[in-house]
Amino acid sequence: MAAPSILFGKDIPGENLLVRGARVLDPGADVDGVMDVRIDAGTIAELGARLDPNAHRVVDGEGLVLAPAFVDPHVHLRTPGREDEETIASGTQAAAAGGYCAILAMPNTDPVVDSAAVLGSLVEAAASDAEIPVGFLAAISKGLEGTELTEMGALAEAGAAGFTDDGEPVATPGLMRRALQYGAVSGRPLALHCEETTLSRSGQMHEGAVSAELGFAGYPSVAESLMVERDLSLAAYEGRPVHLLHLSARESVEALRAARTAGVGATAEVTPHHLCLTDDALRSLDPNLKMNPPVRSTDDRAALLEGLRDGTIQAVATDHAPHARHEKDVPFEAAPFGVTGLETAFAALYTYLVEPGLLRLEALLQRMSAGPAAAYGLPVPRIAVGERANLVLLDTRAGWRVDEGVFRSRSANSWLLGRHLTGKVRMTVAAGRTVFEA
Amino acid sequence: MAEIRVMRDDLLPPPSLERRHLLSIADLTRADVERLLGTARNFSRSLEREMKKLPTLRGRLVVNVFFESSTRTSSSFELAAKRLSADTMSIKASGSAVDKGESLKDTALTLGAYDPDIIVIRHPQIGGAHLVAGVTGAHVVNAGDGKHQHPTQALLDLYTLQEEFGRLEGLHVAIVGDVLHSRVARSLVQALDLVGARTTLVGPPTLLPRGIEAMGCATSTEIGTIAAADVVYVLRMQRERMLEGANYVPSLREYSERWGVTPERLRPGQKVMHPGPMNRGVEIDARVADATDALIETQVRAGLVTRMAVLYDLLTSGPVGVKAAALTEVA
Repeated sequence: MAAPSILFGKDIPGENLLVRGARVLDPGADVDGVMDVRIDAGTIAELGARLDPNAHRVVDGEGLVLAPAFVDPHVHLRTPGREDEETIASGTQAAAAGGYCAILAMPNTDPVVDSAAVLGSLVEAAASDAEIPVGFLAAISKGLEGTELTEMGALAEAGAAGFTDDGEPVATPGLMRRALQYGAVSGRPLALHCEETTLSRSGQMHEGAVSAELGFAGYPSVAESLMVERDLSLAAYEGRPVHLLHLSARESVEALRAARTAGVGATAEVTPHHLCLTDDALRSLDPNLKMNPPVRSTDDRAALLEGLRDGTIQAVATDHAPHARHEKDVPFEAAPFGVTGLETAFAALYTYLVEPGLLRLEALLQRMSAGPAAAYGLPVPRIAVGERANLVLLDTRAGWRVDEGVFRSRSANSWLLGRHLTGKVRMTVAAGRTVFEA
Repeated sequence: MAEIRVMRDDLLPPPSLERRHLLSIADLTRADVERLLGTARNFSRSLEREMKKLPTLRGRLVVNVFFESSTRTSSSFELAAKRLSADTMSIKASGSAVDKGESLKDTALTLGAYDPDIIVIRHPQIGGAHLVAGVTGAHVVNAGDGKHQHPTQALLDLYTLQEEFGRLEGLHVAIVGDVLHSRVARSLVQALDLVGARTTLVGPPTLLPRGIEAMGCATSTEIGTIAAADVVYVLRMQRERMLEGANYVPSLREYSERWGVTPERLRPGQKVMHPGPMNRGVEIDARVADATDALIETQVRAGLVTRMAVLYDLLTSGPVGVKAAALTEVA
């Protein structure tokens, strides 16, 4: 268990609940079998066959999978500043609907989360608004400007879950090194958006045959991998761990694998869209396929999947990036980068990776829960007696259509609109209470 | 464990739009191109008569919306619609609600409320015409969207080549210049590939997009390769698209010395094309531009009949032969 007070939410007593007859599947706890799970006051009290409900509410789990709930290490809650796109309340409700029991919010808001005062206001708001526990990352540099370090010590005391300039790279190696050195006092991880902006420039999509055909300025793989290599070199030199955000390129995965083999304490995440899509999809010119980093070639997609399978990449992260409708209802070139993902992540990955036999369900569940939790030192959701109940009940046979009306998020800029997916979240239990049921 | 080969089919764009538009050469088949060129040839004959106006599209409304400056494209679309007796309306970005910050979607919805049969749109951003096609009931013609496509330019170029050489199959066209920023080059490469002609793109390494060979063309940075082609197609060096300090070429002087199309670099009698407007002395030597082997004015004339064919084709379902009788009626 990590130190307390980096996840914040409503303080509500845990529930009494009995989940009856589900396939209970926790790869980390070596649990896989049909059984009942009893929860007393929010804590897992007993696993076994035909448990006595003891006046608890009973949920029928027959034919369903009960797994540790998901943890999303990369969410944009757009608060403060763009509450029309997302709020702590709407974002955490969307997360609950997606099967998450904890999420981490990025600091590139307006104002930026770069002072204990801004962070404090978010922590306070989370206590009344957050449907599930939420953690807040703070900026590495003041105003994300890449010139001056934030007060990392004070921010850590105020509850920062980690530090990142996400959306922007830490452009100069000098400041990156200082962040690694000084960041040690915070005891919290550094999360890095790796992009050499003099190479990505005005790039709209992956540089390759499709960008050449469509006429878009290309955002080449090397714009990411060069920065990944720089940051891994600095991390190795300083002997400090780093977490790499939203990897997209084969070369980045290869650099990470080599660094980990050499003993660098680096972790990484990958998004559902980078695992499911290639740049061929962009021929539709749909602005909901515009994201940073961009989806890349079949080769890159295969390397990301291989990295996720072999553990080079530990976490699936949605990079849930809500945008107002009028900002995406423009020609592709004018649209902002980013897509939503909290409410579709499991179903998308189940449909496009698990069903076709590209990834085992057990591996997906691990990478959506224990993997990201461990990368940030958050409590790892476990299905074991004595653990706080953080559970997701999944229907892996149910199909559904992704329509705007289904979203609890305030924004609907999903790359999956109109698609049919398999796999539905039936119930989410976070911090001992039911936060979603369908 | 299974292996990844391709992205799942249902994540690819749907094969065709429900309503007929001309957004990209990529949406056309060879039969479409041949039908359009045939229609253009018929219109070209009708324009030789004293009375040049045809009643074909009487009562139809063609709206031209140009968010970028244009002389030949906007004037030829307007004249094409008038020659076919359609009502026309032209809107330019400056002096319209766009100046007041109206979004492209709202502009399209506003114009759509007049029930136009066709909207012809030029927009500086890739996907501008696609967006309009998605929100109005009109047939949409892409008259240029950013660096993406300019399909009627490619069609008029094919028409010009066909008239000059009597064939398209097997022709070799060298396209010279700033391919990276050129929607003309992208559309033309696709169009030439569609009709069985061959293309070589020639220019500085920084202005040849990485991976463009996948469109079915060869590339070369050596200006000498143009001599092997049947036709040299010179692209405008788009100074206005060059980002400050982007360093695509060190200077225009060095560009024109190494890649400028001069008489010395051409075979005697080799044909030359240019989409206009030209920068004489930069990408094309004035002697080349004015020589009799230049097909540049032919391209402009081809623009009119090709655009007449496009407007006609979108508003009628069959090939022009079926309705050929209409051509003999004079308004």
